Amino acid sequence: MNTPKTLFDKIWGDHVISKTNKNQYLLYIDRHLVHEVTSPQAFEKLKLSKRKVRKPELTLGVADHNVPTTLRYQGINSIKDKIAKLQVETLEKNLSDNSIKYIPLTSKNQGIVHIIGPEQGFTIPGTTIVCGDSHTSTHGAFGSLAFGIGTSEVEHVLATQTLVQAKPKNMRIIINGKLKKNVTSKDIILKVISKIGTAAGTGHVIEFSGSTILDMTMEERMTLCNMSIEAGAKAGLIAPDNKTFDYLYGLPFAPKEKNWELAIEYWKKLVTDKGAIFDQEFSFNIEELKPFVTWGTSPENGIAINERIPDPKQLNNLEKRQSIEKSLNYMGLKAGDSLKDISIQKVFIGSCTNGRIEDLRAAANYIQGKKVSHNVQALVVPGSGLVKKQAEAEGIKEIFLEAGFEWRDPGCSMCLGMNPDQLASGERCASTSNRNFEGRQGRGGRTHLVSPITAAASAIKGFFVDVTEEDL
Amino acid sequence: MKKFTILKGIAAVMPDINIDTDAIIPKQFLKTIHRKGLGKSLFYNERYTEEYNKNVDFILNKDPWSNSSIIIAGENFGCGSSREHAPWALLDFGIQCIISNSFADIFFNNSLKNGLLLIKLNKNEIQILSELAMEKESFTVDLINQKISVKNNEINFNIDPIIKDRLIHGYDDIEITLKNKQLIVDYENNKNKFHIWKNIVYEKK
Ligand code: SF4
Repeated sequence: MNTPKTLFDKIWGDHVISKTNKNQYLLYIDRHLVHEVTSPQAFEKLKLSKRKVRKPELTLGVADHNVPTTLRYQGINSIKDKIAKLQVETLEKNLSDNSIKYIPLTSKNQGIVHIIGPEQGFTIPGTTIVCGDSHTSTHGAFGSLAFGIGTSEVEHVLATQTLVQAKPKNMRIIINGKLKKNVTSKDIILKVISKIGTAAGTGHVIEFSGSTILDMTMEERMTLCNMSIEAGAKAGLIAPDNKTFDYLYGLPFAPKEKNWELAIEYWKKLVTDKGAIFDQEFSFNIEELKPFVTWGTSPENGIAINERIPDPKQLNNLEKRQSIEKSLNYMGLKAGDSLKDISIQKVFIGSCTNGRIEDLRAAANYIQGKKVSHNVQALVVPGSGLVKKQAEAEGIKEIFLEAGFEWRDPGCSMCLGMNPDQLASGERCASTSNRNFEGRQGRGGRTHLVSPITAAASAIKGFFVDVTEEDL
Repeated sequence: MKKFTILKGIAAVMPDINIDTDAIIPKQFLKTIHRKGLGKSLFYNERYTEEYNKNVDFILNKDPWSNSSIIIAGENFGCGSSREHAPWALLDFGIQCIISNSFADIFFNNSLKNGLLLIKLNKNEIQILSELAMEKESFTVDLINQKISVKNNEINFNIDPIIKDRLIHGYDDIEITLKNKQLIVDYENNKNKFHIWKNIVYEKK
């Protein structure tokens, strides 16, 4: 009998071209996404070394990080920052010179790279997917082995369609139970990271399984896998099922006709065998889970909304204590504070974590007929043109506008403050993005990571709200 | 890639844990289309005040550490985004070696690809080296013999022999891979047989 294999082992095994050395493998890469920030130096060196792109059709490009979220109809001219504009122009030129498909800024399909991959059916189960961006882990929700790479690796993939990789270890996180109303997969992942820490996943691929995962929509699964990187993991992974297949059927890049059937036949085998061994395993029951909010400058600094900020003095580890004291200082908070008393100035709903149609639906549903607090500026940035179009068709845009939210064009926006959408120093933001590092959303800005429902409800109240208790 | 054999220099101690790539090089500097020139913006938010004055309390602004070629860092150094601008900025500043208890995965790979040596030591060894670094002692990092010498102290370190070989010779990864081109072609042919559904075929416009 064959030894039982994990889902990860199966995908990995089918992509190994050769073992180059002890625990180093040459791995075939099926799909490659590129964006403006991490690719110019790769194309530059490729050209200098007089090398060609090996399989241009396996790469897809889009600009998202640098682009303003207003005046999109102007295309590249909407970018007023000259250096940013040059970077996007460089992307466009590099892709066109190398016959790589590009989704232009003015296309209805443009959006954040990790949102457009699945939307276009470019992301499919059983493949290896890479991108010069750490949140590539998002695509693991489809049962693909997807991970972020650096620019040298981008160049390596362009030139060879392969990567040299050490084989990661297997971790499983089992999640069981039915979520309370208004608690979401974002709250689950914040809870998980608060328990296992930001370094727990280092060197591992995390497979998420359990009844909660089976119940989740594809959007919820993507949110979960998206933040696997915040747990330090190489990738997140969920076994594909009928929901996955339904999502992908008929999408532009998805296999068609006979190939679709062959694909399904293979995809159905993509499950962890009974008895397969994981190097590490964690298990959570989320029946009682409350909405989560981060209070510090690491994604692991999260608490349930009804808890109080922990006291660093109770920690034995000196380094941890100092780092928490530093982050509380930066955040302008004290041990023992309740987040419910803290007022916010900005709300950001968007990013590759929570910029999908379901996220916008959930938020809009909660705020219908209410008004944003007069102290708050609230932004909704759909993750892609298709999300935006869908939301407009469903009347979600109107709900946001009537409540006093700003309705923007797709892009990374305030998730990283590399484009005009930023926090000012000292401003406090309820954000549906994935990182609360110092200065992430703008120098001196204070980020609290939350779910879209919590963000929307907090925009209305002007401070953090427990959306499982209050009906506004 | 530049070859790495022996490095002599001063070491700066940055004991914070989880120093992330946003701290190493903030996003506003990622708009460049080149590798060079990032050193002046390394650790920008800590190194400069909001008025773009030097923060005199920051270690890389103090002599002799403004000339550091080594950083001794807290654990999980380089976590966060995948930006290779982080090792580019460190190298452009003059940092050629980082010593820590642990490094984040992507940063680890990115650094080695650029000839930046990352050494993992235990906390006790890091403590000893940190004290010597604070005393402004000169460090010698000998990659060939896997040894760090400072004053009368010697600490041996482990390193994957393959990584060591690549750093010492300054090999180009792509060149090494392309030596196995036939294996890639064979894999692709095989894929066309068994996983034809993976191929992307563009519909004609
Ligand atoms: S939305 Fe944020 S995390 Fe996602 S790709 Fe853009 S910058 Fe990165």
